Amino acid sequence: MQRSKLETFLGTLEKATSLDALQQLTFALKDLYHVDHVVYHWVSADGEQYGAGTYDRLWVQRYIEKDYVRVDPVVVGCYQRFHPVDWKRLDWTTKTAKVFREDAIAHGVGNQGLSVPIRGPSGQFALFTISHSCKDDEWTSFIEDNRRDIILIAHYFNQKGLELEKSRVPAPNQSLSPREVDAMTFLAMGYSRAQVADTLAISEHTLRVYIESARHKLGALNTTHAVARAMNRGLIVV
Amino acid sequence: MLRYIYGDDLCQVPMLKSTMFRDRADQFKTRLGWDVKVNENGEEIDQYDALNPLYVIWQMADGTHGGSMRFLPTTGSTMVNDYFSHLTNGVRIESPFIWECTRFCLSRNAGAQVAAALMLAGGEVLRGFELQHFVGVFDARMVRIYRMIGASPTILGSDGDGRDRTSVGLWEFRDELHAKVLQSSGLTDTLSRAWFEKSFDPEQSLVLTA
Repeated sequence: MQRSKLETFLGTLEKATSLDALQQLTFALKDLYHVDHVVYHWVSADGEQYGAGTYDRLWVQRYIEKDYVRVDPVVVGCYQRFHPVDWKRLDWTTKTAKVFREDAIAHGVGNQGLSVPIRGPSGQFALFTISHSCKDDEWTSFIEDNRRDIILIAHYFNQKGLELEKSRVPAPNQSLSPREVDAMTFLAMGYSRAQVADTLAISEHTLRVYIESARHKLGALNTTHAVARAMNRGLIVV
Repeated sequence: MLRYIYGDDLCQVPMLKSTMFRDRADQFKTRLGWDVKVNENGEEIDQYDALNPLYVIWQMADGTHGGSMRFLPTTGSTMVNDYFSHLTNGVRIESPFIWECTRFCLSRNAGAQVAAALMLAGGEVLRGFELQHFVGVFDARMVRIYRMIGASPTILGSDGDGRDRTSVGLWEFRDELHAKVLQSSGLTDTLSRAWFEKSFDPEQSLVLTA
């Protein structure tokens, strides 16, 4: 995956203002990664449910009709969890799970998947999934190469999800703290990490955490991207 | 044995659960004199235990608790962000790649190896889940223990003096530290990895227990 393509994608995601736009973005992401499906599902702090994804409508309908949410090992295995879960590591051995899996594969869901459960503020919960149809070793190497990016993207979908429900729930404060602003400003001025740490009289480890924290709040891929975003948003002035 | 258990699965291991919360009361209330609540069963349980954290527990041969720690993602509620942001220059530490580690606890019966085994488990979690750091709050007495097992954190900020000194610190995975922690724990990489895999892979656990 080219970084520039991913940055462009995150830029579009940042500008999304509706559930429809999120829906389209799941399709864009699926094409970007050449995978069969991308699904983002979230439950707001007040229990409201939302979804966006590329699954066939028939499958979504069937899932609801059959009340598969009760037997789906992905839901059972990810609910209230917060580590990324490869579908291979779920319990598919029960009879109901086997029937469900057969039906899901018949509807094009794919035999492989990675789900990232997300815990947001005030009990908000979301699940971001990429699924595909391929052999085990192909999937393993795809996950090894892309897992970190997929976790990042999952969380940016969720920041958007939180933003879209803003009308009802106060949005978390995503502005940078003064210390984070200082760190980003010096980086934007071309200081090295060592120089920034020295200037702010903190260790490089501490600086690394401030940068990581700012990167997350800015919805950026890496430090350079975060600095660019902070400048674009007028959060730092150089 | 090292076990990785989410809060909602603790009910499957009642003895491990109750001895963990009682050892926490013993460590934090009795020995350290922290201002923590202990319930009628003698267990120390706080509001973060209600958030379904991931516990990493050293289980003794008799099935009881030997030591443990508790993890929560920093994208949700954490102790550091809720109560200790004055120690981080007001920076809310929040990232999918940073988890909070709290309530590092050792039973009175635990040997020094248990602390090292827990640190080893921390390394498994860091590597296994693509994490960059753990962030945690600890007091002066823990500093010595961390140093002893070769897992000293980087201090982000501190408050108070002497024994009451409270700090927020960071851990990350470092190869050179890993070797030392491995040695202190008396465990092997293979075994440590197998315990981790077993906890997160139901089929794997069938194989290991068969």
